[in-house]
Amino acid sequence: MTSQMSEERTEIAYTADEMMTVSAARALRNGMTCFVGIGLPSAAANLARATHAPDLVLIYESGTIGAKPGQLPLSIGDGILAETADAVISVPEIFNYWLQPGRIDVGFLGAAQIDKFGNINTTVIGGDYRNPRVRLPGAGGAPEIAASCREVIVVVRQSIRSFVERVDFVTSVGYGSGPGDRERLGLTGAGPQKIITDLGVLEPDPATLEFTLTGLYPGVSAAAAKERAGWDLAVAAEPEIIAAPSPAELDALRSFQRESQ
Amino acid sequence: MAEIVSLAEAVGRAIHDGDAVAMEGFTHLIPFAAGHEVIRQRRRDLTLIRMTPDLVYDQLIGAGCARKLIFSWGGNPGVGSLHRFRDAVEHSWPVPLEIEEHSHAGMANRYVAGASGLPFAVLRGYNGTGLETLNGGYGSAPTIKPITCPFTGETLTAVSAIRPDVAVIHAQRADRSGNVQLWGITGVQKEAVLASERSVVTVEEIVDELDPRPGAVVLPAWTVSFVAPAPGGAHPSYAMGYSARDNDYYVAWDAIARDRDAFTRWLDEQVYSVPAGQL
Repeated sequence: MTSQMSEERTEIAYTADEMMTVSAARALRNGMTCFVGIGLPSAAANLARATHAPDLVLIYESGTIGAKPGQLPLSIGDGILAETADAVISVPEIFNYWLQPGRIDVGFLGAAQIDKFGNINTTVIGGDYRNPRVRLPGAGGAPEIAASCREVIVVVRQSIRSFVERVDFVTSVGYGSGPGDRERLGLTGAGPQKIITDLGVLEPDPATLEFTLTGLYPGVSAAAAKERAGWDLAVAAEPEIIAAPSPAELDALRSFQRESQ
Repeated sequence: MAEIVSLAEAVGRAIHDGDAVAMEGFTHLIPFAAGHEVIRQRRRDLTLIRMTPDLVYDQLIGAGCARKLIFSWGGNPGVGSLHRFRDAVEHSWPVPLEIEEHSHAGMANRYVAGASGLPFAVLRGYNGTGLETLNGGYGSAPTIKPITCPFTGETLTAVSAIRPDVAVIHAQRADRSGNVQLWGITGVQKEAVLASERSVVTVEEIVDELDPRPGAVVLPAWTVSFVAPAPGGAHPSYAMGYSARDNDYYVAWDAIARDRDAFTRWLDEQVYSVPAGQL
């Protein structure tokens, strides 16, 4: 009886979204400054701060620097962010004084569509710009976060629709059309270093900058990941098998989610 | 010099058909009551300006008040799409909506230029994006152009100033002279008011004296046209120190906005049949 219970404790069932959020949280190092997008990135950044990165500095585009929310905010401007921040500043200031000069280590972004060079679309899908099939929310802070943070991490669920050969609209630039484009465009940050999905982790190939599958979650095959990509997804020779969420990680994530309801 | 009047009078006198109106508020202090009064007074052909058009702009667009939207992020924060906005862009319902689209950094700087009395602002931005190619939208003059630094020769990006006819904001308090005080997340509200020809400020309360608050923005009475008391006027957003964000309302809005009939019922029940200031 006792051994059965302890076995259950080490083999807690988790969802693909929980694995993705935990994986994204692990990508953030303690002490980093992180410009946080809303949704999946915000959940992951808050999880990182609650677990291995207590000194992670969370910066939201609403002008809250060093926010320490005890529950997940629904928006980028919830009261809990302002009440717990080290500083609350105006919106022109957050973009001009803090983001633009390259003071922020990592930009943590979501995407509706992303392509093999890490370019992000959050503007329109299908049709043309004036007559789109789907009108998305638009750019927000993302173009300049993608340009000016020292590095960028993207969190997105992988599907044929979200992983495309070329995005329908370049809202935020990853590596453009390949090597040399960021330099030519004068983008000061290094660009996207990781795409974290509900299947695994992708990193840019050092030579071609094309995103390559380098990590898989337990039980996910490279073939499954290739099936859910809209281009011929490159796979590393031996993709790392990423550890399942630990009980501590799951506890922290679920406690955040309970608090937010 | 600010006049302290009712919300209905402030909207009636400040906002006219065809005006360019910036109702600002970055998640916090969103002027919902004022937006609903604009719907109730059936203003038409407005150019609506806002960095983060959320539910109140979805409501104004769905009610047919707007001809054009100038913005940088139009969504229901943490929930999803603005379905009235999408219906207008995708199906021209109830009327076609022209759009002029920027990034947050671009919009913030356009307000700074407007407040500064300059024709444009300079930033590092837009390089390589589709927004740069579109030049900020369609059917209107370009608002994004490259500019060469006269000192270093570096190529930067210029964005044209925003100068609305009217700015509308919600603040925590004003005094009896019409000096306005707001604190917490203050977004681009100061810039929007200073960039605009006229302004309407709704407030939670009017007090005898504005005692200092850490980090507060103060807009002296002589920078504001109208102050109108509207307690709870930021709901379902919030006013720090007065109310909490009604996250349930944002979640519930999704189903109302998805359906034209449900939205029309909502307009009748929650706006047209409610007297000003009683939302």
